[in-house]
Amino acid sequence: MPERSVLWQEEDTRPYECDGLTAYRRVPMVVALPESEAQVQRILATCHALGVPVVPRGAGTGLSGGALPPGDGVLLSLAKFMRVLRLDPVARVAVLQPGVRNAAISDIAAPFGLYYAPDPSSQIACSIGGNVAENSGGVHCLKYGLTVHNVLRVRGYTIEGEAVDFGSEALDAPGYDLLALAIGSEGLLAVTTEVTVKLLPEPETAQVIMASFDDVEKAGDAVAAVIAAGIVPAGLEMMDKPATQAVEQYVHAGYDLEAAAILLCESDGSAAEVEDEIARMKAVLAAAGATRLAVSRDEAERLRFWSGRKAAFPAMGRISPDYYCMDGTIPKKRLGEVLNFIGAMEKKYGLRCPNVFHAGDGNLHPLILFDANDPAELKRTEDFAAEVLEKCIEVGGTITGEHGVGVEKIDQMCVQFGGAELEIFHAIKRAFDPKGLLNPGKAVPALARCAEFGRMHVHGGKLNRPELPRF
Amino acid sequence: MISDDSKAISEKIKVAAAEKRALRIRGGGTKDFYGNEPQGELLDTRGHAGIVAYEPTELVITACCGTLLADLHEVLAKQGQFLPFEPPGFGSAATLGGCVATGLSGPRRASAGSVRDFVLGAKLVDGRGQLLAFGGQVMKNVAGYDVARLLAGSLGTLGLILEVSLKVLPRPPAEMTLCMELPQAKAIESLNRWAARPLPLSASAWRDGELRLRLSGAESALRAATQALGGEAMAPDAAAKFWTGVREQTDEFFAGEAPLWRLSLPSNAPVQELPGEQLLEWGGALRWLKSSAEAGALRAAAARAGGHATLFRAREKTAGAFTPLPPALARLHRELKNSFDPAGILNPRRLYAEF
Repeated sequence: MPERSVLWQEEDTRPYECDGLTAYRRVPMVVALPESEAQVQRILATCHALGVPVVPRGAGTGLSGGALPPGDGVLLSLAKFMRVLRLDPVARVAVLQPGVRNAAISDIAAPFGLYYAPDPSSQIACSIGGNVAENSGGVHCLKYGLTVHNVLRVRGYTIEGEAVDFGSEALDAPGYDLLALAIGSEGLLAVTTEVTVKLLPEPETAQVIMASFDDVEKAGDAVAAVIAAGIVPAGLEMMDKPATQAVEQYVHAGYDLEAAAILLCESDGSAAEVEDEIARMKAVLAAAGATRLAVSRDEAERLRFWSGRKAAFPAMGRISPDYYCMDGTIPKKRLGEVLNFIGAMEKKYGLRCPNVFHAGDGNLHPLILFDANDPAELKRTEDFAAEVLEKCIEVGGTITGEHGVGVEKIDQMCVQFGGAELEIFHAIKRAFDPKGLLNPGKAVPALARCAEFGRMHVHGGKLNRPELPRF
Repeated sequence: MISDDSKAISEKIKVAAAEKRALRIRGGGTKDFYGNEPQGELLDTRGHAGIVAYEPTELVITACCGTLLADLHEVLAKQGQFLPFEPPGFGSAATLGGCVATGLSGPRRASAGSVRDFVLGAKLVDGRGQLLAFGGQVMKNVAGYDVARLLAGSLGTLGLILEVSLKVLPRPPAEMTLCMELPQAKAIESLNRWAARPLPLSASAWRDGELRLRLSGAESALRAATQALGGEAMAPDAAAKFWTGVREQTDEFFAGEAPLWRLSLPSNAPVQELPGEQLLEWGGALRWLKSSAEAGALRAAAARAGGHATLFRAREKTAGAFTPLPPALARLHRELKNSFDPAGILNPRRLYAEF
């Protein structure tokens, strides 16, 4: 390894103590910053031979602690893998090193009228390697899909140092769909060193409607009405009043501050299509009880409407010392019920919780405002979040839509899955990493941990693994 | 109405696993030809059928494996929705389980996505007879490894797919097909050029100097696209019949005794000069080839072009239906198979001879 590519002094390793979820911190023993696949291969093979844990890290923007370092192992940063290896405007693919930023992909594709569709809010900072690890979404998923729908191939190395290619530049590959398995695997199966993404033609034009509602549940019903009308919006987002008020002070997006909730509903396509669709959307939203409808008049205004939504998280940082972002997904029809539940939890725990919501695909991001310097408040926040996530499971949803399980939601995995499913996850992990050295302790809880947590999901009244101790 | 056969299925698998008896999982049997030759005792999935949940405004349908694809299409059509990946049935007996297990998508694949892209969740019975549930009924879900999508195309070798939740979409308001004469090289070039523009292309097929393009979307978008693309509009009935023929392989191209190869290539791969007739789909990314040429030569050609070749339909498949895997991936396949089906009883050798 070249000089300055291995860090072990605490002043150098301290910056790597956490990712975007700052509540969990651990200073790594060693940080490795390889520059080539050969170096990655050697690091992995060496760690494997020595039995040393390895945690891969991209841009460190993850929100579930997936890149929390090992205290006794190597934090493998892919930050130096920043090159665009190939951009083929004819085949509409880009081959990227994992450290390339999400937003940079669309920037380099723009001269060809192409772009990369998934656009997580952190897109100016997050990297494609991390997007692959988390199966990141964004605000345009309903129409354009998640990372798994927009990546053709992932090249990486197993912990043993063996090169593996999942998927191909064709639309499928022989055998099992290991690409689908690798995407969203939170760095537990292989270390990504190359990603081939699909580029899409930029829509000719786009417009967004900002619709105001005097009641959150009405806004939720309006979402269902849009879908029922046979419309698939390019983006469909909801923010409640506490969220718009926090955001407005920060970016001046022009939101209706009187509304109990606003919807952002976007149409894209040819000029004629957009005109037609916006008219239909407006009619549906008005019929659903919108109190005000504003259509973006130009691209600048469209981007301004979106800027508020994309700045929702940092805006919370301005009104509260800390915020805790949740990521449950629910069936859309249960929205009113879940929002009422969150309201009750605000009272129960004495904490504020503005809501932003990828309404089109049912993905909630309640943001609990708290002060991490107050240990009692942090504890209340965690309990609040756990109750909301379990409510998501109860209504038929999931504990994480796009941020991953990491270390944060590992206990809720015991609620979402039964012991038999968790055993299968562990078997999959063993198929790729028999010694369990790659990103250990993340994403999939050990069965003993679930037993300790005392919330093992019980199938049909029968307890899985009754031999495990419980306390 | 649900007919629930899950207990009996699970019991049969448990017993077979204990006795190390191979089982051949089968729905309507319309895709018996696909993959390597089915082996083992028949395990019929058709007793487990029915639609479990369908909520049009959630854009999700959940159904049991034995549900007829035809029934699904009908239920969705009543709400103006459809399965965007346009799965081939290869016969009216085709079931949802077979559709997901084979992972085969139809003409809309290049623009809409594949079966696996629309799988949101699945229940399965693994090779131990355990009932397992992965994924769910929501669009975004990253809890745990994506086992539900892994099942698409696994040919029943990891488990019997008991129930599947699929994302569905509204049916496009209008559709039309354009026809134009173009040599193959020019067709491949044009298809790739058009795909880089925001045009409402939903299918393409080239054969024998003739290219057909299907457009789907709003009337206004189709009008604009027709002007940009040129060509002659086909009569709607003839167009519908044509795309059904391509999807279901009832088109005359697919007739005859020669082995049918499926070459999956990057869409801009050049014309493959191979012995036999070709039909192109998916904007150039799918090339059907009727050829008696040697398997090794065809697979090498596909690999050179950046893709792979499947022996799709043939009287004998001693060359193996699927392109052999590199050693690292072959090892992962064996390990995964062993994780789900340690006794190796589910559809043995249907995917690869090694398991």
